[in-house]
Amino acid sequence: MALVAGGLFGLGLVCSRMVDPQQVLAFLTLTERWDPTLAFVMGAALFLSSIGYAIARRRERPLFEAAFVDPPRRPIDARLLSGAGLFGVGWGMTGYCPGPAISGVFLLDERALLFFAGYLMTLFVLVYRPQKAPEAV
Amino acid sequence: MTGWPASALAGGALIGLAAAWLYLSLGRIAGISGLLAAAVRERGAPGVPMLFLAGLAGGTLAGAAIFGYEPLPAATQPDWLWPLGGGVVALGTWLGSGCTSGHGVCGIARGSGRSFSATLTFMAIAVLVATGLYA
Repeated sequence: MALVAGGLFGLGLVCSRMVDPQQVLAFLTLTERWDPTLAFVMGAALFLSSIGYAIARRRERPLFEAAFVDPPRRPIDARLLSGAGLFGVGWGMTGYCPGPAISGVFLLDERALLFFAGYLMTLFVLVYRPQKAPEAV
Repeated sequence: MTGWPASALAGGALIGLAAAWLYLSLGRIAGISGLLAAAVRERGAPGVPMLFLAGLAGGTLAGAAIFGYEPLPAATQPDWLWPLGGGVVALGTWLGSGCTSGHGVCGIARGSGRSFSATLTFMAIAVLVATGLYA
């Protein structure tokens, strides 16, 4: 199931040209040559995903698992907005967000390989950084 | 417009379908940054994150065979820009708990206020940064 979802996602990224960071930058850069492609992609994706989630809301559980795994409900906080802001900086610099970068790696696009190297190194540091020992009670 | 509205709509629909399918079948959010972070921690038999990424690889290669991959002529960026940008995106999506797919496609479709505000934030900042650098 996950394999199929990933496959559709990858097909969509290539078909929509979002694997090309220059195509993304053509949307993010406001000039007289502004290119709305990304808005069409996001719009179509949101349309289909909204239908999927609307169907899911009428169901007790997913088709092949015991329960839906939803992110915990949390307030809009500084961590969320500063993280989103930082992500925006990296996205605006390069035109890559994580999905297209992974796709680009498999197309052996040199830009994606360099981007993903920086991404993975940072992710490994974040995942495996020494954790502060829990405070003694 | 570079002239790909139909393929943009079709490609976007495939991405939305993938997100809908992952949630309806397995109850999981199709957020790439979250799945990637989970895949890095996986041990043993491949779970949902690793299988999704394997599918993403296959779909990408199939897509390139079907639709081709011809990148637009690129701006001249220094090599160091890419790994630096990758690091910033990794940190930002870690702190912000999601990226374009998790917040922009799945979160908004779920009606999440957090995802809506995150998407507005990263869109606005990305437009400012890209326009500042490349306009």
